[in-house]
Amino acid sequence: MDFEYTPEEQAFREEVRGFLAENLPPKSERNKDFLATWLTKVREKGWVGFSWPREFGGSDGGLIEQAILREEMALAKAPPLGTSFMGLAWVGPGIIRYGTEAQKKKFIPDILDSKVTWCTGYSEPNHGSDLASIQCKAVPEGDNYVVNGQKTWTTGAAFSQWIILLTRTRFDVDVKHDGITCLLVSMDTPGIDVRPIENMAGDKHFAEIFFTDVKVPVENRLGTEGDGWKVTVSALANERSSIGEVTQMFAKLDTLKALVKRTKKQGQPAGRDPKVRRTLAVFETRVAAMKYNGLRYLTKQIKGEPLTSETSVNKLHRASLEIEMDDFAVELTGQAGLQLRGGSDAVANGKWAKSSLNWPNVVIGGGTPNIQRNIIAERILGLPKD
Amino acid sequence: MNFGFTQEQEMLRDQVRRFMTEACPMATVRELTAIDAPFSDSLWNQIAELGWLGLIVPEPYGGIGLKWIDLALVLEETARGLSPLPILSQALATAAVLRAGNDEQRANWLPALASGTTRATLALYDEPNWFDPKAVTLTGTTVDGGIELNGRKPFVSDAMSSDQLLLACHGPAGLSLAVIGQSQVTVTREPSMDTTKPTGSVHLDHVHVPDGCLMPLTNEDLAYLSDCGAVAVTAEMVGAADTTLTMTCNYAKERIQFGKPIGQYQGVKHRLADMFVDVESFRSLLYYAAWCVDDAPDELPRAISLAKGYASDAFAKIGIDGVGLHGAIGFTAEYDVQLYLKRSKWSRPMYGDSDYHLERVATLGGI
Repeated sequence: MDFEYTPEEQAFREEVRGFLAENLPPKSERNKDFLATWLTKVREKGWVGFSWPREFGGSDGGLIEQAILREEMALAKAPPLGTSFMGLAWVGPGIIRYGTEAQKKKFIPDILDSKVTWCTGYSEPNHGSDLASIQCKAVPEGDNYVVNGQKTWTTGAAFSQWIILLTRTRFDVDVKHDGITCLLVSMDTPGIDVRPIENMAGDKHFAEIFFTDVKVPVENRLGTEGDGWKVTVSALANERSSIGEVTQMFAKLDTLKALVKRTKKQGQPAGRDPKVRRTLAVFETRVAAMKYNGLRYLTKQIKGEPLTSETSVNKLHRASLEIEMDDFAVELTGQAGLQLRGGSDAVANGKWAKSSLNWPNVVIGGGTPNIQRNIIAERILGLPKD
Repeated sequence: MNFGFTQEQEMLRDQVRRFMTEACPMATVRELTAIDAPFSDSLWNQIAELGWLGLIVPEPYGGIGLKWIDLALVLEETARGLSPLPILSQALATAAVLRAGNDEQRANWLPALASGTTRATLALYDEPNWFDPKAVTLTGTTVDGGIELNGRKPFVSDAMSSDQLLLACHGPAGLSLAVIGQSQVTVTREPSMDTTKPTGSVHLDHVHVPDGCLMPLTNEDLAYLSDCGAVAVTAEMVGAADTTLTMTCNYAKERIQFGKPIGQYQGVKHRLADMFVDVESFRSLLYYAAWCVDDAPDELPRAISLAKGYASDAFAKIGIDGVGLHGAIGFTAEYDVQLYLKRSKWSRPMYGDSDYHLERVATLGGI
């Protein structure tokens, strides 16, 4: 057991820090031009798709180097390394693993160069957590699949150029996980209708999408027909260490502590209130638990031991922390905590109020807490399935 | 960066787990913890032979010269089956001599502690729930060549089975540890909830402690030994909580109600999943704290307060829900899960409950 880094790893960390010192101005000075320059520069460094194989434009970055890169980026509060979060997180890795040579050539460079943004068409009105029951229909017709159906809660649908779409090509199956096919679909295709949905925070991050006789070339099928579930599961399982998230959570905790220090409760400094102190300390134990859980799992991966579903542990921590930390800040600041951006008495310009209404983005997307509990109970503890 | 165990450490873990399963199953634990049951010299001698008592003792003193992280592994594994052997007390007495003893005292005492020929325990505070130099109230008076102690030291773990008692007291030279033979005092076994953790109080009547048996203790030493105590207790909590979870999962897989195993119902399985999240989390925090003892001592106070602050509340809940999810059978004396609930109660105040440790996390975190 040690927490030392090899000279090579340390040198890599220094390289990242040096780069950030040179290329990352303070937040107030980051304008539109900055982002374009930033994206070009991190791409030149090979840090976009850092873990991807070199032949597909990645850097073959090792697990520890990936963790270092994410940690340093999060510490510096740097912008993302590409504009397509989902492209980098699972579409790209999915295409590298299951795609044809033509698909790799066509899609991978545009993801790395932030030219194309992807969204993910999984959930349907009647099938969210029970994803394998999807009904959106794709029928082969000549060189195309003809897609009819509906997707919903699709984050980023309104501004994405492509969608990774889960469809059903067979309905007469014994097991619902069979007969699912994954398609890569241009959002410009005729017959696609995107209707943004406003969430409770007033944002329109997600949308419902209607597909009416949408023709998708067969060459845009990812993996074999009927094998879409496997493609999806392995893409979603493209889990990374949670180091970057942990760094963000520690930063959020620091912001919360600073808020406590400048806040009064019943006329007294809030930081003297035993309940406030205890609540903050509990947050700290849980963020620290995420850190050391993450390092244990990372070590397992480095040793080549398979991770089962342990990542659900940190997902559950993150979910409850996101909700509770925002809620704590809002409660702590009383009526002022309710004011949104622009409010005369708004706290941190309404940031806490806003995020206290936006937690489902993190908490529900990618599997609700109860689904994570099912995963732990069934796959790790061996309890019978529902 | 490697937050995992070496092959040697995994072998040690396997050895402890195998030995304890065979030599100290629950039937034996129940026998050994019956009132008036004699101490099991045979088990003690076997684990001494396996080297577990000298893990953190340097080789020149007859030990193995390993670290607290190795000791934590042993404590985790021995606590899985609620072993009543006083390994934790022996380890803390050893840590106290290593920390506070002079060369002569180390040379005199460590070999016998490492070989198990002397059994010893450490008692720091006279208050039941206060961890501060002021909570040491036993006070000695100066006599020729040493001090004299009169009064009572409460809450002495394993006092009945210990040959040597290391008792914190105030003497003329300030805070000290007095090393006293059991034959010099009267030990009363106190009736307590968790019989696997026998606890006594020690009556001192004109007990003469020569200078050579006094180890001066700074406030930092006292805090360090408290933190070591919390590391040891939390390591045992990891093992005991893990078994509580396993037992409850096994029961949930077998118990059929409304035509299904109860583990199929989300009301049951989700609570078990949450238990897993908690055990996994305070396990990670504990391993880090145990590593800090030897390799990052400056970080030890925060690290162990994160671990025990988490574990104290989480294990208490696991103990209660472990019994609760078993239903009425969990409430019976015959069924073992109730013993784990009692262990969770014992663990909570030992070397600081969650209020104490979370307050320290807040203070060290700048609040």
